[in-house]
Amino acid sequence: MTDATTMIETEYEAGFGDYFALLKPRVMSLVVFTAFAGLMVAPVEMHPLVAFCAILFIAVGGGASGALNMWWDADIDAKMRRTAKRPIPAGKVTGDEALAIGLALSGFSVVMLGLATNWLAAAILAFTIFFYAVVYSMWLKRSTPQNIVIGGAAGAFPPLIGWVAATGQVSVEALLMFGLIFMWTPPHFWALALFLKKDYDTAGVPMLTVTHGRKVTRAHILVYTLLLAPVALWLGFTQVGGPVYLAVAVLANGWFVKGAIDIFRRTEEVAEADGYATEKAFFKFSLLYLFLHFGALMVDQGLRTAGVL
Amino acid sequence: MAIHAEHELHKRRFSRNLGVGLLLAGFVALVFGLTVVKVEQLGAVQGFDHVLRSEMLPKEEAPKP
Repeated sequence: MTDATTMIETEYEAGFGDYFALLKPRVMSLVVFTAFAGLMVAPVEMHPLVAFCAILFIAVGGGASGALNMWWDADIDAKMRRTAKRPIPAGKVTGDEALAIGLALSGFSVVMLGLATNWLAAAILAFTIFFYAVVYSMWLKRSTPQNIVIGGAAGAFPPLIGWVAATGQVSVEALLMFGLIFMWTPPHFWALALFLKKDYDTAGVPMLTVTHGRKVTRAHILVYTLLLAPVALWLGFTQVGGPVYLAVAVLANGWFVKGAIDIFRRTEEVAEADGYATEKAFFKFSLLYLFLHFGALMVDQGLRTAGVL
Repeated sequence: MAIHAEHELHKRRFSRNLGVGLLLAGFVALVFGLTVVKVEQLGAVQGFDHVLRSEMLPKEEAPKP
């Protein structure tokens, strides 16, 4: 066997899918959905192609920040079972490549969003990428148990950017959509941290479960869930709300608060005995929670457009 | 030793090249479409073509009595 064939067999060259995985496609799907909702419910008509471009470039910006996050967090990703198969720890893509892709796509998405829609939306997208890659990944994630709370803002920006892309300005509806995701993020991730305890312990990420214990985390989930409910309901009384949204918000928040109370009342022994069933159910419902709220906003908007409301 | 024309590595490279090619083609189409939409949104545009068009001249004010 020659040296050349040895090299071919041992050195991995990344395929297209490996680079695409750097953009965190699952997170991107949530970004696309919420940005689309923000853009759809805005009281301004947008050309479909411009709307498509806006969502595409917001998604690319979100993906770029995901690639930068993977570049920075490659060391701890390798230690956690949930993230060990990501392209960099799996040895499929180098850290330098991820950094280059992240930076290039960041610049590309911001400039293209500015050209396609307006520069305020582009500036907020740029800030979002900075916030996720620098403020959350570099500053907060490894230094404070409040990492999820403040870092959650990065995930809350897409509907606001969608709204600004359509209207050119920030308004109370856009801020409430931001607030909905912002307040939703901590209970969502802390529920996950409750049943993925070992992962964060191993990586040394100061999740609330690690630094303040699980009882405090359960209390925090309840407090944030109680603070989330009024934000969700308030949105129903603005011009983007409607009967469908209000009905969904009342039911979903009722279930969410009940789930948080159940989690708060449980002890570790009880949770371990049933394999964290309540925490897992709460986490699963939290995904549905966002989908239901933004879906209901779009249904109400559809009813308004059809002249039913 | 026989030389294999098609190694698994070549398939991976091809997938990458094809992906980048399709992305670039899509991007060109997108920018073209966006340009058309943006230009249409400007409304009616008249270019100077060396022909006098009376409808573009400033209207003369009616003489004061």
